[in-house]
Amino acid sequence: MTMEATRYEDGSISYPGHPRGPGGSEPVETIDLSEYSAEVITWTTSMATPPGVREPNTLVIVEFDVEGESVRAIGQATTDEIETGDEVEPVYVDELREPGAGIREPESQDWDGYRFEPV
Amino acid sequence: MERVAIIGASMTQFGQREGEWVMDLLAEAGIDCLEDSGVDAADVEHLYVSNMASGEFEGQTGVPNALAHDLDAMPAYTQRVDQTSSSGGAGIFAAWQSVASGASDMTLLVGGEKMTHKTTGEATDVIASLTHPVEYKTGVTLPSFAGLTARHYLERFDAPRDSLAKVAVKNHKNGVDNPHAQFRKEIDEETALESPIVADPLRLYDFCPITDGSAALMLCPEDVAQEYTDNYVVISGIDGATDTHVVHEREDPTVMGGVVESGKGAYEMSGYGPDDIDVAELHDMFTILEFLQMEGLGFAEQGEAWKLVEEGYTERDTGELPINTSGGLKSKGHPLGASGVAQGVEIYEQLVGEAGPRQVDADVGLCCNVGGFGNCVITTIMEAAQ
Repeated sequence: MTMEATRYEDGSISYPGHPRGPGGSEPVETIDLSEYSAEVITWTTSMATPPGVREPNTLVIVEFDVEGESVRAIGQATTDEIETGDEVEPVYVDELREPGAGIREPESQDWDGYRFEPV
Repeated sequence: MERVAIIGASMTQFGQREGEWVMDLLAEAGIDCLEDSGVDAADVEHLYVSNMASGEFEGQTGVPNALAHDLDAMPAYTQRVDQTSSSGGAGIFAAWQSVASGASDMTLLVGGEKMTHKTTGEATDVIASLTHPVEYKTGVTLPSFAGLTARHYLERFDAPRDSLAKVAVKNHKNGVDNPHAQFRKEIDEETALESPIVADPLRLYDFCPITDGSAALMLCPEDVAQEYTDNYVVISGIDGATDTHVVHEREDPTVMGGVVESGKGAYEMSGYGPDDIDVAELHDMFTILEFLQMEGLGFAEQGEAWKLVEEGYTERDTGELPINTSGGLKSKGHPLGASGVAQGVEIYEQLVGEAGPRQVDADVGLCCNVGGFGNCVITTIMEAAQ
């Protein structure tokens, strides 16, 4: 399992990847963000969660620095003891929410991924 | 291009409409709008229905055709407009296009949603299904996006938490005078600030409720409008725009590009600017959104909207720019497909002088309807015909 971001012709990186990047630039390679640490940009703890989601659910938006190029990601945090500016690293989890408990077709996407843990 | 007028408006009671389903609500608003405008159903050429998720909420699809039958509006052309929470605004845009293009001389727009039979978690999940798979699997909800954005805004611009509570207090106060609002109850700042946390730092009173309801508008060319009434409203500017689907990919989390771009387009078409707007309905699904739209539409500099709210600039009876005189989504309620239409109903009533105790002195009004978390936005500017 990787946390796959996409680099485009123009050098920008996005997570997730898209068929076209900024200015219509094409993808040129993938980058595994799980090998990098990131900084917490903002966070929230959600007390009212949908079916199949842990409650409470602390979420963060983080920013990675990949060789000078920034890329952001959203993810669950491993703890509610988190602050803006914290350094975090991705930790693999085989099921982030229960497939099929919510409205989305379970086979339509994957459900494993990464949580962010303070370093 | 035809100048497009609005000659009638209606909205149902918003709230928990037990035992009534989406078709009941749409028909109620549709019939009321026909009566309000004095238009025969047989004269409706296009019928648009703004609705996000009747299939997901109650297993009812095909609502536009069903409504045409219920209103006896056949053989009107029908179309469903789904743009998540901005389905109503997108419906105004579609209805405007149908008239402006000359394709229809009488277009009825009805927006509606039935939601309250679902639990909060289920309803929240239907709405959150608009997210990208990498977002959805984290369990993120639209309220979570609001919490993430509010924290960033408050920290970055050194805005006090109380300023968000002031938005809730203002909109609840306005809603008291709206007979169709879901909540007609004033709250104080203390109540808002001590209510249960929903998505830290946001609390219960920072969020709109889950709502059943419907609203409708009747649109036609201006020369046709004059056959019905001399007290009508003209849509002087309208535009829609999108921002990233994946919310965290936005360069600046406090800027909603769809608001900025749709606002620019509506201002340009109308010839008006932010200083010309006398009254506005903004999409306060969450209190923080009122700040972001005020800034995106040029009513305030970035990071400064909270100061205007604190100064009373947006108060209905004493402010320079009354915002959400209807009570907003916060107090009036947010039946997804109806909300953007109901914003238009409020601005229409303000401009034709039919807003009752909510009436403000206004010649030009604006509504901004936000879908997703700023993913798609419609801004509409209207002016009184007289």
